[in-house]
Amino acid sequence: MEKQDLLADYRTMVLIRSFEEHCQQQYTRARIGGFLHLYVGQEAVAVGAIGALKAQDHLVTHYRDHGHALARGLEPKPLMAELFGRSTGTGKGKGGSMHFADKNKNFWGGYAIVGAHLLLAMGIAYSIKYKREVLGEADQDGVVMCFFGDGATNGGEFYEAVSMAALYKLPIVFLCENNEFAMGTPLSVHTSVTEIHKKASPFMPGERVNGNDVEEMRARALHAVNHARTEGPYFLEAMTYRLRGHSAADPQMYRTRDDINARRSGDPIALLKQKLIDQNLLTEKQAKQIDKEVEKEMDAVVQFAEESPAPDLSEAWTEIYSKPL
Amino acid sequence: MPVITYSEALRQALREAMTNDPRVFIIGEDVVHYDSAYGVTKGFLKEFGPERIKDMPIAEAGYAGLGIGAAMNGLRPVVEMMTTNFAILALDMIINHAAKLHYMFGGQFTCPIVFRMPNGYGQLSATHSQAFDNYYAYMPGLKVVVPGTPYDAKGLMKAAIEDPDPVIFIEHTGIYNIKGEVPEESYTVPIGKSNLLRDGKDVTIVGYGRMIPYCQQAVETLASEGIDAALVDLRTIRPLDMEPVLESFRKTNRAVIATEEWTSVGVGSEIAARLYTEGFDHLDAPIWRVGFDEVPMPYAKNLEAHVVPNADSVIQAVKNVLAGKTQKIRQQ
Ligand SMILES: Cc1ncc(C[n+]2csc(CCOP(=O)(O)OP(=O)(O)O)c2C)c(N)n1
Ligand SMILES: [Mg+2]
Repeated sequence: MEKQDLLADYRTMVLIRSFEEHCQQQYTRARIGGFLHLYVGQEAVAVGAIGALKAQDHLVTHYRDHGHALARGLEPKPLMAELFGRSTGTGKGKGGSMHFADKNKNFWGGYAIVGAHLLLAMGIAYSIKYKREVLGEADQDGVVMCFFGDGATNGGEFYEAVSMAALYKLPIVFLCENNEFAMGTPLSVHTSVTEIHKKASPFMPGERVNGNDVEEMRARALHAVNHARTEGPYFLEAMTYRLRGHSAADPQMYRTRDDINARRSGDPIALLKQKLIDQNLLTEKQAKQIDKEVEKEMDAVVQFAEESPAPDLSEAWTEIYSKPL
Repeated sequence: MPVITYSEALRQALREAMTNDPRVFIIGEDVVHYDSAYGVTKGFLKEFGPERIKDMPIAEAGYAGLGIGAAMNGLRPVVEMMTTNFAILALDMIINHAAKLHYMFGGQFTCPIVFRMPNGYGQLSATHSQAFDNYYAYMPGLKVVVPGTPYDAKGLMKAAIEDPDPVIFIEHTGIYNIKGEVPEESYTVPIGKSNLLRDGKDVTIVGYGRMIPYCQQAVETLASEGIDAALVDLRTIRPLDMEPVLESFRKTNRAVIATEEWTSVGVGSEIAARLYTEGFDHLDAPIWRVGFDEVPMPYAKNLEAHVVPNADSVIQAVKNVLAGKTQKIRQQ
C-alpha cells in the first residue's frame, strides 16, 4: 500500500470545506433549495476512509453526501450544478443535495431515508459475492463501504443489515460517523448504547476511531477494508463533530455557540494543518496558497452551475422507467 | 395444449428463467427447507443448488434491500415475500428505493427485480387476509402485475423477470390450484396490456387476479339468464391500459368493477374515475364496484364468507347496474 499523501488529503479536505461554505452562501441566496446537510467538521472521516478504497470498491452513503462524493473524486462542477437543479448535475437536477451519485465511480448514491441504504449496501455486497462464486467472475473482489450517522443505528433496518451481512460473510465496511447528534437529539438521548460500534459487536469485529484524525482514519479504514475483502464485514465508528447545523436551515436550539466553539479545537483541518507544519511538510504561506487555489476553483464551480441550463420541462417525464412505456 | 395449475405455470416460468440466466436467483422466507410456503418453487433446491435459491431470515426489509442492491449491481433477483401482509414491512425498500432509484439519480441505476407476493384469505383473520394492490399501483416507478389465469401467470412472470424495472407480482392463494391451458414453450405476456376475455353488449365487467375466475363464472350464469356481459382482465394495474375497457364500455355503456380489495380508495376507484373522465359521453348507468366489505377480516367462517366478494356479488352488481340503481359504499 502506498504511503498516505497527507498534503493531498489536506487539499481535498480544504476543497470539501470550501465547497460546503459555498453551498451555504448559495443557499442563502436561494440558488440552492430544499434540505442542505453540510459536512463541515467531518472532512477527515470521508477523506481518510474513502482513501482506503480502490477503484473497484463501492460506496453507498446517506443524504450528508457532499464530502463523500468529493473524496471519491466526483467533479465539483456537476455536484454544484445538481444543487442548483440544473441539467448538467449528476442527477440531471432530479435528485438534489441528498442524492449525489456517479455510477462510473461506483458511488451508488446518497439516500435520504435514515438507515435504509444500509440494506442496499448489503445487497450490493451480496451481488459481488454472487458474481464471484456463482457467475465465476474471478475479478469481483470489490468491497462496499457504507456511511451513515449515529442516529441511523436505532431502527430495525440497521440490525437487519449488520445481521445479514454477517450471516452471508459479505465484503462490507459499515462506517458510522458519530457526530453526537441525530438532527437535534443528542447521542445519549437517542440511544442506550452510546458506543455505537458495540451495537454491531455480536455480528462482526469493529472499533471506535478518531474520525478527526485523517491519518488514524486512513490506517483503520485500510484495516477494515482489508478485513472485509478477505474475511467479511467490519464496523468502524468514527468519532467526529458537525460544526454547522443539521441542515442549512437549522437554528440549532439544542446547543450554544460556546458549545460549538469548544469543539473547534477538534477541527480536522486545523489539526492536520498543524501536523503538516510541525513535520515541515507545509508552511503558512503554502497553506494560504492552497486556500487561494481552492477558492479560485470554487468560483469556477459556482459559475458553471449558474450558467448551466435548468432541465427542460420534458425531463419531468423521463427516467421514471428505464424504457419508456 | 397442456392443462396445468396457476402454481405450475408460475413454476415453469421461474424454472425457465433460472435455467436460461444465471443472474436470476430466488430469495425468500421458507423457499428452501420448507419447500416454499405455497409450493411454487418446490424442488428448486435440487434443481438449481443452494446459491440460486436461498432461505431468508424473517426480515422483510432486509431481504428486499438485499434484492434491490443486487439488482442495481446487475443481478436479476426474484424475491418471494410469503404474503402481501408481510411485504408491507418492506414498503420503505420498495417505495422509497426500488421505485425511485432510476429517476432520482438521473437514470444512472436500474432496478430489475421481481417481488412475488400472494393475497388471500381462509379463516386467517385480520392481519393475514388483506390486499395492498393499490399501495403499489399508486407508485410511479413500479410496475404491478396481477395475473388471473394460468396462461397469464406464466407469460407475465417471464415478462416480469426480463423487465428492466421493478415489478410487483401479486398472486393469490385462492387460485394457485385453478387450471388452464398453458403452452409448454416459452412465451411472454406483455406488461401493461389489458385483455378482453369475453365480448358482450349489455355491461362491461372489469377485474383482475383472483376475481377473474369469479367473473368468468358470473358471466356464464348471466349468459344463461340472457344477459350478455363483456369481461376485461386488466392483468396489469400499473401501467394501466384502459383502452380495452373503454372500447367495450363504449358499446355497453355500463360497467361493474370487480376487485378483491376494500372498495374505497382502491384500484377499482381509479377504474371508475377513468370511466367517468374518459368515457363520460358513453355512461348510461351508475358504475358499481365489488370488493371486500370495509371491515377488518373476521375469523368466523360465516362472517368471512359474508364480507368477501365472489361470483354472486358480481352477478348482483350487474343486475343493479342494469336496473339503474345507485351504489352506496358502506364504511361503518
Ligand atoms: C426514516 C427517517 N426518519 C426521519 C428522517 C428525518 N431525518 C433526517 S436526518 C435525521 C437525523 C439523522 O442523524 P444521524 O443518523 O446521526 O446522521 P447525521 O445527520 O448526524 O449525519 C433525521 C431524523 C429521515 N430522513 N428518515
Ligand atoms: Mg449524527
